Amino acid sequence: MSFLEYAPAPESTSILNLKSEYGLFIDGEFVDGSGEVFDTISPATEEVIARIAQADASDVDRAVAAARRAYDRTWSRMSGSDRGKYLFRIARLVQERSRELAVAESLDNGKPIRETRDVDVPLVAAWFFYYAGWADKLEYAGLGPNPRSLGVAAQVIPWNFPLLMLAWKIAPALAAGNTVVIKPAETTSLTAMLFAEILQQADLPAGVVNIVTGPGSTGQALVTHDDVNKVAFTGSTGVGRMIARQVAGSSKKLTLELGGKAANIVFDDAAIDQAVEGIVNGIFFNQGHVCCAGSRLLVQENVHDEVVDKLKYRLSTLRLGDPLDKNTDIGAINSAAQLERIRTLSDTGENEGAERWQLDCTIPEKGFWFRPTIFTRVSAAHTIAREEIFGPVLSVLTFRTPDEAIAKANNTPYGLSAGIWTEKASRMLAVADRLRAGVVWANTFNKFDPASPFGGYKESGYGREGGRQGLAAYLESAGWEAPAAIMASAASATTAASGGRKKTTKKAVAK
Amino acid sequence: MSRLAVPKTYKLYIGGKFPRSESGRTYEVTTPAGEFVANAALASRKDARDAVVAARAAVKGWAGATAYNRGQVIYRIAEVLEGRRAQFIDEISRTEGVTEAAAGAQVDAAIDVWVWYAGWADKYAQVAGNGNPVAGPYFNLSVPEPTGVVAAIAPQQRVGTSLLGLAAVVAPIIVSGNTVVVVPNQQAPLSAITLAEVLATSDVPGGVINVLTGSPAEMAPWLAAHADVNALDLAGAADIEWVDLQLSAAETLKRVLAPVSGVPAPALERITAFTETKTVWHTKSML
Repeated sequence: MSFLEYAPAPESTSILNLKSEYGLFIDGEFVDGSGEVFDTISPATEEVIARIAQADASDVDRAVAAARRAYDRTWSRMSGSDRGKYLFRIARLVQERSRELAVAESLDNGKPIRETRDVDVPLVAAWFFYYAGWADKLEYAGLGPNPRSLGVAAQVIPWNFPLLMLAWKIAPALAAGNTVVIKPAETTSLTAMLFAEILQQADLPAGVVNIVTGPGSTGQALVTHDDVNKVAFTGSTGVGRMIARQVAGSSKKLTLELGGKAANIVFDDAAIDQAVEGIVNGIFFNQGHVCCAGSRLLVQENVHDEVVDKLKYRLSTLRLGDPLDKNTDIGAINSAAQLERIRTLSDTGENEGAERWQLDCTIPEKGFWFRPTIFTRVSAAHTIAREEIFGPVLSVLTFRTPDEAIAKANNTPYGLSAGIWTEKASRMLAVADRLRAGVVWANTFNKFDPASPFGGYKESGYGREGGRQGLAAYLESAGWEAPAAIMASAASATTAASGGRKKTTKKAVAK
Repeated sequence: MSRLAVPKTYKLYIGGKFPRSESGRTYEVTTPAGEFVANAALASRKDARDAVVAARAAVKGWAGATAYNRGQVIYRIAEVLEGRRAQFIDEISRTEGVTEAAAGAQVDAAIDVWVWYAGWADKYAQVAGNGNPVAGPYFNLSVPEPTGVVAAIAPQQRVGTSLLGLAAVVAPIIVSGNTVVVVPNQQAPLSAITLAEVLATSDVPGGVINVLTGSPAEMAPWLAAHADVNALDLAGAADIEWVDLQLSAAETLKRVLAPVSGVPAPALERITAFTETKTVWHTKSML
């Protein structure tokens, strides 16, 4: 018996107490949706887990109205310390129900229980803990004295980290004093519903958080709603672009966390075994369903063969299968549609001349699965080096000099993340300086922390989540104190000006 | 016998040079009463594209300069501007139709704006960046960086903005290391080109600030749609179809600052609006 042949160690689902059908969560209550009810299935078995309500525009109206009422009457009037206490309560309840949440997330999303248990759910709790402490300290957020909340936040999140993305959105919004209406992805609404139960347990005032489920049209009704002050979206660049168009001309503040095509750069002096672990984590974590995944491996030419050989060997030890098995490294692809996209792009890779290598492993009969895949002989012009695949597919390119590595890494419209592997700190810092990416991981990859800002350059979107910067996305400054001398002279210079100008001058002088 | 005056030919300012518009077009600059003052170059689409190319080429050097150096260069603008007060007062009072006292106050305010932002060059990163106490053995730092090339529409009100408005828009863009293509006040563009002469002798590298006199309504759509422009400052765009500009900016997910009324107040947020936060994680050994 080889060391790989462990007996299965499935996590029990007996801890779950799921309902057969879930409604929308509006104004503190579960209510029916007006649209067609739809099934949510386990991507590993294709079995129906529960039925989910679909919100139409009228439901979105109700949810936004509830959020507005809660904002005006309750949440915006509450002291920061009380808001913080609610967030601390939520954090604790998430920890208490962590096993249940991990199992539900794994079942609904198809990701391995090892990841939901050790990464997703602990980070969800951490996110609420971190922002809870900000709620009564907003004047230190870097926006000057007395920053103001924005109002009602419309939030749309993706299916790759359902619960974690919900925490990333809700925690800073509430800490800053906003109320929210959030829409989970259609295929992964389940844990949002369990989270709604946690909100009831925490006795969060009704309407502060509202959850509407449904497809893209529900999200569109939400982000285009007239009574929404802030839009936050995480998802594809295509949809992000559409949302940017939809909010154009309005006063809605917008943050977008969009796609990526991260370069993971391995220099020849890197600790190769450590780098191989990082490469695996960079692209095969969460089945590669990660916007910041290290999907373009840039290896210095002289160590290419060594790195690729070690990578293939390391991959051969990965276990693909039942997400609820505690030994599983690679779970199921989230949906049939996503699996099709990954297949199509991989075929394109081969057709364009790249060399495909796939892990030889048993694929379960039911469910959506894709073997961990490595493409070598990839050039920067190949589709698989340019387009986000959002699956367990790694493209390997080579470089000879640091300048070439940097040029290739930056040769993308995206700019979300990047990785650098070198034992030379001075080179790491110099390369990090020149990479056009919002997050640079050096000798590590795919690390997240509520204290650490995350977000992209260029077409990977705008704004940051996490840290003080993530809080600022839900606040506006009360106005900076301009030096009196400047504004006094500006005011006198513009005395003869038309009425339109007075507002700015007055505001600044009033400070 | 009176001396025959030597009228100045106003041109564009692109890449540190003063070309005429490649289109050969000019337009008349007049006093509010309609008296002819001078001809200004009417920038074309090709001029706008050339300006973006020049701005892009200048990013590496300017963003790569030390913050201390950028602060010195921007302060130098204030110094040189101060020395040429009289010329600016003359141009502003003629084109805006204001008294010399009001024009003088505007020049002073513009100088002070440059000085105010010069002081931010080596401080904004300290205020807008941070070390992050993550739960693990990592060195983790977030620092704001310039976003790249910014296209800006300077305030367009006839009175009180031609020099001050330009300074209040351009200074916060370039202080972090961005370069800019700016469309100055259309009706009173002369001080903008004279300011370019100041820039050309203030150690500001060519291409960091590019000035395209002419019609914002004509040029802004080209700049908003240009794929090599990273951000858009619509400060002075209130009177043109600025929603369309935001729509075309969405195609490349440009960062966009909405129009303001009058001259934008000096604010750190005008600097950070054109920066990106870069977060770097590095492992710490377990010793």
